[in-house]
Amino acid sequence: MKINNVILRTVTKISVFIILTLAVYLFFAGHNSPGGGFIAGLVLAAAFVLLFLVYDMDTIRKGIPIDFKKIAAFGAFLAVGTGFGAFVFDVPFLTQSFDYFEVPFFGEVELSTVTIFEAGVSFAVVGVVITIILSISEDV
Amino acid sequence: MNNIIVLPMALPIMLGIILIFLRPYIKTQRVITVLGLLATIGTSMYMLHWIQTDGIIRLDFGGWEPPFGILFVADSFAVILVTVASIVTLICLIYAFSSIGEKIENMYFYSFVNFLLAGVNGSFLTGDIFNLYVNFEIMLLASYVLIVLGGKRMQLRESLKYVVINIISSWFFLVAIAYLYAQLGTLNMAHISVLISESGQTPLLTVTSLVFLIVFALKSGLLLYFWLPGSYSAPPTAIAALFGGLLTKVGIYVMIRVFTLIFYHEPQITHTIIGILAGLTLVMGSIGAIAYKDIRQIVAYNVIIAVGFILVGLAVMTQEALEGAVYYLMHDMVAKSLLFLLAGTMITVTGEKRLDNMSGLIRNYPAFGWMFFIVMLSLAGVPPLSGFIGKVLVGQGAIEAGSYVLLALAFISSIFVLYSLLRIFLNSFWGETIISFDDEVPMKRGWIVSFGLLTALMFTFGIGAEYFAPYVADAANTLLNPQIYIDAVLE
Repeated sequence: MKINNVILRTVTKISVFIILTLAVYLFFAGHNSPGGGFIAGLVLAAAFVLLFLVYDMDTIRKGIPIDFKKIAAFGAFLAVGTGFGAFVFDVPFLTQSFDYFEVPFFGEVELSTVTIFEAGVSFAVVGVVITIILSISEDV
Repeated sequence: MNNIIVLPMALPIMLGIILIFLRPYIKTQRVITVLGLLATIGTSMYMLHWIQTDGIIRLDFGGWEPPFGILFVADSFAVILVTVASIVTLICLIYAFSSIGEKIENMYFYSFVNFLLAGVNGSFLTGDIFNLYVNFEIMLLASYVLIVLGGKRMQLRESLKYVVINIISSWFFLVAIAYLYAQLGTLNMAHISVLISESGQTPLLTVTSLVFLIVFALKSGLLLYFWLPGSYSAPPTAIAALFGGLLTKVGIYVMIRVFTLIFYHEPQITHTIIGILAGLTLVMGSIGAIAYKDIRQIVAYNVIIAVGFILVGLAVMTQEALEGAVYYLMHDMVAKSLLFLLAGTMITVTGEKRLDNMSGLIRNYPAFGWMFFIVMLSLAGVPPLSGFIGKVLVGQGAIEAGSYVLLALAFISSIFVLYSLLRIFLNSFWGETIISFDDEVPMKRGWIVSFGLLTALMFTFGIGAEYFAPYVADAANTLLNPQIYIDAVLE
C-alpha cells in the first residue's frame, strides 16, 4: 500500500532538521544545564523514527545504511572506554577533567572528557531505541 | 591507584561490547572470552592476596569521596566469591564450546555471558546500595537473554515467569532503597551502617530491613523459590549450570552483606526470621528433591537446599558459622555447576529426562559416572571433599549458638541430598545399559575437561581447606565486625 501524503512529507523534511538541531543543542547543553547525552539520544532517535514512519523502511534503510545494533555497541564502547582512560592517567576509574581553550571564531570553549562519555551514551540510546522500534515494527 | 578492583566488572563489560562487533567470528570470540576470563581470575586472585597484607581496598569512582560518590569495596568475602564465580564461568564456557551450538553462539551468546559475569562481580564488589541494584539489573538483563536463547517452547514459557518474578522483586528492591534513603539520606552502605548504629535501629528501619529480606529471598530462592525449578531447567545445559552456580549465590551474598553490615542491631527479629525461613527452605527443598523423577527438577531442588543451608550460617551468626557459610558458598558454586552440567549431559546422551528411563550409564561412560558419584559425596559433605568443611563449621556455629533445631534440619537435609542423588546414581548409572555401544553418543573432550576441572576444584577446596583458611577467616571476621569495613570505607 502506497500512501501519498504530501503534507506530512513536506513538513517532515523541514521538521527533521529542527529536531536534529535540537538534539545537538541538548547534547552540548548537557553536564552543566538541563540536557545531556541521554536526552539528546532520545531526540535523535525520535527524528529517525519520524523518518521511518513517513517514508517507508526500505528508503530510509538505503539512505542510512547502518546497523543500529552496532551503533549501540559503539556507544557503550565509547562510554566504558572513557572509564578505561583512567588506567592510562593513573587516576580513579571514571574520573573526568575539563579545561578552557581559546578556539578561533568560537572564542573561549570548555572542552571536557565527560563530553566523550555523553557522546557514547547518545549513540547507545539511539542504537537501542531504533533497534527496539524496528524489531517491533518487523513483527507486526 | 586502586583501579584494579574495577577490573572484575569492567573487563567483562568491555569484552562483551567488543564481541558484539565480532559477531561472525566465533573462534575469535571464544579466544577473547577465555583470555578475558583468565585475566579476570588473575586480577581477582592478586586482589585477594593484596587484601591479606593491606586490608580492605576501596575505589572511589571519579575521585568522589564517600559517602557522596559511588565506590567499589573489595574485602575478602567479596573477592573470594568474585574469584570463584569467574573460574566457574570459565569452566562452564569450556563446556559450552562443544555443546551450545553455532546457532546460539551466533546470537551474541559470549557477549551476554560476559555481561552476566560483570553484573555478578559488580554486585559482589559494590559498596553502594543503589549501585548494587544497578549491578543486579545488569546481571538479570543478561540472564533474561540467556534463558530464552534457543527459543524453545519451554524456554519461552519459563522465561516469562522468570522475568515477571524478577521485575516484581526489583520493584520491591527499589521501594526498599527508597524507604532507606528517605530515613537516612545516604546510599553508601558503610555510611548507612554508621547512621543506624548512631540513631539505633528504629522499628521503621527494621520493617525496611524486612522488605529487603523479601527482595533477597525472592532473588536467592529462600522459601520464595517457586519460580526456580522451572526457570533453571529450561535453558541449555551450560547456561543452566551458570545460573545454578552463580545467580542464587548473588542473592545469598547480598543478604549476608546487608544483615551483617547494616541491619545487625535487632537479631532477635531479623535473624530469627532468616532462621525460620532457612529451616522451612531446608524442609521443603528436601521434600522437593525426593518428590520428582525428572532429574532437572531434582537438581534444581538441590540448589534450594543449599540456599537454606548457607543461610543457617547467617541466622546463627557466629565466627564459625560465617566461616562455614563462606566455605559452603565457594563449594556450592563449583559443585552445583558440576551437578547441572552432569545432569544436562545425562539428558543429552540418553535423550530421556526421567531417571527411571535411564540405566547403566556407567558402562558406557565410566569416568562420567564416577564424577557424578564424587559430586554426590561432596554435596552430602563427605571428607575430604569441599562440602565437608563448610558443613562442619556451620554445625559447630549452630551448636555454639544453641540453635539445635536449625542444626538438626541442616544435617537431615544433607541426608536428603545424598538420597536424592543416590537415587539418580542407582537408577541411571547402575543396572543394564540401555545404550548399545554402537549408537552411544561419544563424550566430547570439552565436556570431560570441564567436568574434570570442576571435580579437581572440589578436591582442591576440600583438601586445601587449610590453605584457604586465612582468607575465609578474614572474610568472616570482617562480616562479624562491621567496624573494619566501615573504617576502610569512611576512614
